[in-house]
Amino acid sequence: MTFRRISIITTICFFAIGLLVSQVNAFEGSYKVGAVFSVTGRASFLGDPEKKTVEMLAEKINAAGGINGKKLELIIYDDEGDATKCNLAVKKLITRDKVCAVIGPSLSGLSLAVIPVAEKHKIPLVSCAASYKIVYNEKTGKPYKYVFKTPQSDSMAVEAIYKHLKNKGINKIAIISVTSGFGASGRSELIRLAPKYNMNIVADEKYGPKDTDMTAQLTKIKGKTPAAIISWSIGPTQVTVTRNWRDLGMTGISLYQSHGFGSRKNIKLAAGAAEGVFCPLGACNIAELLPADHPQKSVTTDYLKNYTAKYNEPLSSFGGHGWDALMLVSKALESVGCDKAAIRDYIENKKGFVGQHGLFNFSPDDHNGLTQEAFQMVIVKGDDWALVD
Amino acid sequence: MEKITLASQLLQYLITGLTVGSVYAMVAVGFNIIYNVTEIINFAQGEFVMLGGLTMVSLHVAMGLPIILAFPVTIVLVTVIGILIDRFAICPIRRPSVLTLIIATIAVSIIIKGTASFIWGKNPFDLPAFSGRNPINILGAVVQPQYFWVIGFLVITAIALSIFFDRTIIGKAMRACADNANAASLVGINVKKMILLSFALSAAIGAVAGIAITPISLMEYDRGAMLAVKGFGAVILGGLGSFPGAILGGLIIGSIESFGAGLVHSGYKDAFALIVLLVILFFKPSGLLGNIEISRIKRF
Repeated sequence: MTFRRISIITTICFFAIGLLVSQVNAFEGSYKVGAVFSVTGRASFLGDPEKKTVEMLAEKINAAGGINGKKLELIIYDDEGDATKCNLAVKKLITRDKVCAVIGPSLSGLSLAVIPVAEKHKIPLVSCAASYKIVYNEKTGKPYKYVFKTPQSDSMAVEAIYKHLKNKGINKIAIISVTSGFGASGRSELIRLAPKYNMNIVADEKYGPKDTDMTAQLTKIKGKTPAAIISWSIGPTQVTVTRNWRDLGMTGISLYQSHGFGSRKNIKLAAGAAEGVFCPLGACNIAELLPADHPQKSVTTDYLKNYTAKYNEPLSSFGGHGWDALMLVSKALESVGCDKAAIRDYIENKKGFVGQHGLFNFSPDDHNGLTQEAFQMVIVKGDDWALVD
Repeated sequence: MEKITLASQLLQYLITGLTVGSVYAMVAVGFNIIYNVTEIINFAQGEFVMLGGLTMVSLHVAMGLPIILAFPVTIVLVTVIGILIDRFAICPIRRPSVLTLIIATIAVSIIIKGTASFIWGKNPFDLPAFSGRNPINILGAVVQPQYFWVIGFLVITAIALSIFFDRTIIGKAMRACADNANAASLVGINVKKMILLSFALSAAIGAVAGIAITPISLMEYDRGAMLAVKGFGAVILGGLGSFPGAILGGLIIGSIESFGAGLVHSGYKDAFALIVLLVILFFKPSGLLGNIEISRIKRF
């Protein structure tokens, strides 16, 4: 029977390949690190670059001999932006794959949903989502014991923008935000911090994440004559806002985008409309622009070079959060091995970690380790970012 | 920064609302064409819009075809997809009930969305506006040239369809299927062919809507569902099965959204449209231009 023969030969081939592969990777054992990202679904713009980044980083670490001679074994699950799937994935990583630590999830809501799991199983979790609530237990007023996060909080971006406005002598502002978790969280921070910087919010407009046109909202804002507009969203809508802003001849009102604007794709998609838009960005977005003596110059330039060479697409700052999380965990593994409690202690006391998005100084009271210095104000000039001093 | 007068603001809201509403209207017309012949709601209607936009991006931006050529090619390609949907998802179902057919269209929409995310990736794409991006000032309101294209496409679609359904024999045959499929087949109309044609037509209209809206709002693989929901709202508002109703419904929903966002509160703009929809259904359950007698004899 030919079918039988073919299947036998195929099986032998698979074994042979397996043997070959196992001989190439001459590692003694491995460190397992779990990752849960929203690779597909509504938040794929976060999860996709994160997954690509950590895969690239793990490859690089293993090519350089692994961690203490052991292979860094990355197990990545896709939660599809779904809280239930995310929860199951984290449990699976802990109980079945028996990983040393978990990185991710990509979304704030999902991260909040898996905090109880990490706390219960006493496993270090380094989230790649922004909300400050991930590292702030409202009951105790302290961070959760086993949970860390690498992205800057919204409040840091808000403060960076407000500080810049204040220096320019602007205090009459309008807010336009998307009705997703990201937009709602940014909006509430903008409103919360406004009194501290003496900001007078004259309009507070919203739009849906799949809306086609924001002319109506911007026209309303135009009627209230603010001196600056702060737009808080991610995805294609922020490009539409930028275009509508220019079409309506509102360039006399400075447009500030949130750090969610941090991809050159957005400048390109805006087709010239983004000229003059301000935006607070982490160092990883603007690697080429950083002065040579900037502490993050070399890590960010390396990342940019490797990522664009490997995947042939523009770098997204979200991938940088994955880089920071995996690098932090692998540094911990290098110095304390696969001991969950020790990894936790190591990260909590880590100082001066040079990441893609800032200089991290963790402490028992701060499981994010960043300050608003992690944001630089940039302006869009000639279809690229330029530093604003 | 000069101040904008209230009159200009209102005009701006109206123009924006009519533009967005035109797209809803085109989606709604697509719903109706299929509904009239088959009595099913095609949940993949929004995907035609997405496919139209993204195929145009590929042909015009990536492959460099001129607009005048890329436009018909896109419509033909999406029409072919509409035909394939009928051949492979609707036609083969044995003993079709309306519900199974509707579920089949949901499956189709998931497949199309997944395939599109493989082909184009998950990033939004831009299409250059047909007549540039220099806005025109009309009485203080700012109008993108593309807005005229969108509204113009709706007008052309409406005229072409009314000629097709009133003046051509195929169009009349389709209307006969809509009135009574059994009687239509008794007088020699091939109902299966008419169903095929209805999918082809509504795919083509969806593609036109997608091509028209992409220069304004960009297009990405999962935009279809939202447009389908808004278009469906327009269908219900105008009366299921009525073409003038679909167009009116689309324009009303678009305008309510725009005026609601501008004059009251943008956070509730989707709610305004739904409230108006509910109120109208409360007083006229068949929709603005729908006929309650016809909807009684329909299975769905």
